[in-house]
Amino acid sequence: MSSNWCALLKYDVIIIGAGLSGLAAGIRLAHFGKKTLIMERHYRVGGLNSFYRAGGYDLDVGLHAVTNFNSKGLKSAPLSRLMRRLRIKEDDLELCPQKESRITFPNVSLNFNNDIRFLTQQIEESFPDQRDGFIRLIDNIIRMSKDGFLQKADSGRKFLKRFITDPYLLEMIICPLMFYGNAREHDMDHDFVALMFFSLFIEGLSRPQKGIRAILDLLLKRYEDSGGELQTQSEVVKIKLKDGSVSGVITGSDELIECDAVLSSAGIDETYNICREVGNNKLITPGVMSFAESIYILDKKPLELSIDHSIIFYNRSTTFKYQKPLEPINVDSGVICMPGNFTYNEPQTKEEIRVTHIANPNYWIDADQGEYTNSKMLWHDRSLDAVSEIMPSFRENIVYRDMFTPKTIKRFTGHTSGVVYGAPDKIRDGMTSVNNLYIIGTDQGFVGIVGAMIGGVEVVNRQLLV
Amino acid sequence: MTRESIKAAIIEIINEIVPDEDLSDLDHQKPLRDQIDLDSMDFLDIVMELRKKYRIEVPEEDYDELSTMNSTIDYLLPKMESL
Ligand SMILES: Cc1cc2nc3c(=O)[nH]c(=O)nc-3n(C[C@H](O)[C@H](O)[C@H](O)COP(=O)(O)OP(=O)(O)OC[C@H]3O[C@@H](n4cnc5c(N)ncnc54)[C@H](O)[C@@H]3O)c2cc1C
Repeated sequence: MSSNWCALLKYDVIIIGAGLSGLAAGIRLAHFGKKTLIMERHYRVGGLNSFYRAGGYDLDVGLHAVTNFNSKGLKSAPLSRLMRRLRIKEDDLELCPQKESRITFPNVSLNFNNDIRFLTQQIEESFPDQRDGFIRLIDNIIRMSKDGFLQKADSGRKFLKRFITDPYLLEMIICPLMFYGNAREHDMDHDFVALMFFSLFIEGLSRPQKGIRAILDLLLKRYEDSGGELQTQSEVVKIKLKDGSVSGVITGSDELIECDAVLSSAGIDETYNICREVGNNKLITPGVMSFAESIYILDKKPLELSIDHSIIFYNRSTTFKYQKPLEPINVDSGVICMPGNFTYNEPQTKEEIRVTHIANPNYWIDADQGEYTNSKMLWHDRSLDAVSEIMPSFRENIVYRDMFTPKTIKRFTGHTSGVVYGAPDKIRDGMTSVNNLYIIGTDQGFVGIVGAMIGGVEVVNRQLLV
Repeated sequence: MTRESIKAAIIEIINEIVPDEDLSDLDHQKPLRDQIDLDSMDFLDIVMELRKKYRIEVPEEDYDELSTMNSTIDYLLPKMESL
């Protein structure tokens, strides 16, 4: 594409990033006739939830499970509403529900599935005096879900304590919520606790029959069919301002593309960094929570090894430490996902186990190549040691393994220090200090696959369509 | 456009937004939202589709006019007659 040609083009909106938030935002804009361009640094869409090929296997980058499973097919359910906004048939996602998952702490395990009554029963068995409080918590959160979990800057632990008086149970309940969506160390915001509790425990977990790729294909097709344009391998290196408003972006190959507004899913800090004229006048505390994930391909079904859960959240000590660890990876807690143990319509073709732990981003990003490779081997082993304490060992059955570190996440998302859930303080309305520059994605508020899409749609609706 | 063709246009829009609703026996006197599972965002989408397809602006203060099929047609007729 010649630069002259580019300068002639002017878009209504340029979206930075073809992750789930960018794709969803793009579909809305293109559908309602805005001339839209998504610019993606990578050669593939999906961001943190993309896919790749290694060792002869098709592997997903991030996907454990999709939250917000709509088991009753309610039209008012968040996923159903989201798909209506995107004009995609919910059934086309081919979501297959989890079987049974588990939260394991020393001496106590709680199992759960996509029916919250089952978890309630489990709690009644292990913590009989907590049952009534737990039921009140569920009612309360269902009520909150009706007004969209409006922002209330308060402690999530404090909120849970109103209903769960047993501190051990509180740790067990907050552990999965934090792993699947908390940007903050130690505590989690009140709204996020409620939102994640609703998404994980009340609605529940599923996986797409054909992996994340099928969902990305669906979104991309919908976007392009609506007239949206996508440029991959195209990085925005600068957001250009004129009289205090965005006038266009500059690409890695030094081309100027003009536009009336920019939506950025690059992260708030990262966005201000490429928009230097404004300076960083919103003081942002960057997030520090990052993860490492091991992917194991096995020669046997986990079921044949008596591993029958869909997902296991574990913690080896009595308190759950959700914080940046001093060591490269903290194997005292983790999430183990068995993608094969979901109720698929057709059998899966590969046997896989994925293990996620909290990791120290600085260590992995600063390590030189030699140390990086060696540390990956070492921590694979330490992780497997820890995991075999809480479930049958599958070490002998591994035929291929790979590990994602914060360094990989940084490469995939562009997020400084490879944080997964962004900065702890969110910008729910998407507004920045520049009037036509908006934030979507992780730093806007909602996280996860469904959350990122909902956030993208909400910012577009609020800021660019009405 | 005639009342009939405006009605068909509205049905087509609702059908795109909620494809699996049966719209064949809507009561034109009764509020649409009592008969079809439409939330406020769906409603907004109807307004935006009208803008996209027919370049009709429905200001927020007029949203109440779109409550039943008949009131919607009444409201849109002067705006769409000449199309
Ligand atoms: C290991 C792991 C497992 C996960 N598992 C799950 C799960 O099971 N379920 C779930 O719901 N969520 C999961 N998540 C979280 C989920 O992946 C994210 O919350 C979600 O994908 C975020 O989407 P996004 O659009 O906000 O951002 P991203 O996916 O980060 O997309 C941002 C995009 O912008 C591009 N970009 C950045 N800067 C520029 C630039 N300057 N120019 C051009 N392009 C740029 C990036 O390349 C990227 O493609 C997981 C995350 C990780 C790390």
